[in-house]
Amino acid sequence: MSETQTFSLDGEDVPFAPGQTVMQAAQAAGRWIPHLCWHPDFEAHGSCKLCTVRANGRLVAACTVAAQPGMAVENRTPDLDGRRQTLLQMLFVEGNHFCPSCEKSGNCLLQATAYEMGMMTPHFDMFYPDRPVDASHPETLLDFNRCILCALCVRASRDADGKNVFALSGRGIRSHLIVNHESGRLADTDFAATDRAANICPVGVILPKRRGFAVPIGRRKYDPAPASVVDVVPVKHEEEAR
Amino acid sequence: MSGKLRVATTSLAGCFGCHMSFLDIDERLLTLLEVVEFDRSPITDIKEVGQCDLGIIEGGVCNAENVHVLREFRKHCKTLVAMGACAVNGGLPAQRNHLDLRDILEEVYHTELGLAHGGIPNDPELPLPLNKVHPIHEVVKVDYFLPGCPPPADAIWKFLTDLVAGRTPHLAHGLLHYD
Ligand code: SF4
Ligand code: SF4
Ligand code: FES
Repeated sequence: MSETQTFSLDGEDVPFAPGQTVMQAAQAAGRWIPHLCWHPDFEAHGSCKLCTVRANGRLVAACTVAAQPGMAVENRTPDLDGRRQTLLQMLFVEGNHFCPSCEKSGNCLLQATAYEMGMMTPHFDMFYPDRPVDASHPETLLDFNRCILCALCVRASRDADGKNVFALSGRGIRSHLIVNHESGRLADTDFAATDRAANICPVGVILPKRRGFAVPIGRRKYDPAPASVVDVVPVKHEEEAR
Repeated sequence: MSGKLRVATTSLAGCFGCHMSFLDIDERLLTLLEVVEFDRSPITDIKEVGQCDLGIIEGGVCNAENVHVLREFRKHCKTLVAMGACAVNGGLPAQRNHLDLRDILEEVYHTELGLAHGGIPNDPELPLPLNKVHPIHEVVKVDYFLPGCPPPADAIWKFLTDLVAGRTPHLAHGLLHYD
């Protein structure tokens, strides 16, 4: 049996198995690295850069960089959290995030991460883009105003549902989410409300119809505690048990 | 001089919900009045803002008068606070921003079913609407932001007591929210 390898995360040792990313190892150790496009069940996308940490002095995405023995990783430093806040502010001004009328409010990872970073203002000038919703599907609504282009729905539909309902299209500031059909309408695809892709969006884009604000304020996911507490999986001490 | 901090408040393109939430600090208002006095505010009905230590703005800007009042506040207040979602990011009124202003006015005052087809109001007393609604930081420099729709009374209390004590306001989990 080989000795457990470790790297340090904000000064504390984190064990890892060869091949694990910094994000995977941190998650397994019950440590929180802010993230938006990463999800434990899917291949890393490395696009939102919220998970940017400083590893041995260099800025890298924790969800794509492989853990190395002895690596010194900084995570929740004022400098890195400040950069994260700036990224969040850009996401907020780029879309239309009107939380008071969003059914995802209180359960939204973007919002919860912004709270965690202490974001008090979007700071930049608002874009107020025009992004019509797609209400064609009988059970599911698409409100593109809130899309942060994390591509989780793209990956879930392709890799878990085997359907390829969603895709990212365009480049740079014109990047946007599309529905993979000539008509562009969700109703014309083989999408089903039971798909993994129907329940993966970290923000309020892919929403079930006729549910509304079902959970009262106070009992939503991030009401009792911040994301850094709620989203941390309790550590299983498998290492010791072995 | 009384030695008290002079505070002005106003509602621009807002619904007065933030002011209502402010009043929700209830009897703590009396504690606050030991250290502050109000200048222009819906509480005093003073119409023009004077020299103040603190200005609190509810609502974004949706018309020319909002811009005027906001600039007056900036000119007269040492510290300016954006209170509530509308002041911070445009909020509900900004939900019209992807629509054409003329189309909106036509529909609301003219073509909508059940209207008397009176036409778009153009009384010179009415402030001209802006093409788009803007949060106040796009028009003047804003020193502090207090989000929430509305911010809860406890958040307003914490924010103000921090400011009055000369601390950078800090809202813990549960007090900072955007909805
Ligand atoms: S998706 Fe999240 S951040 Fe955007 S409006 Fe909804 S709750 Fe707010
Ligand atoms: S719809 Fe949701 S899951 Fe899909 S890319 Fe946009 S934010 Fe991500
Ligand atoms: S979570 Fe790593 S880049 Fe998005």
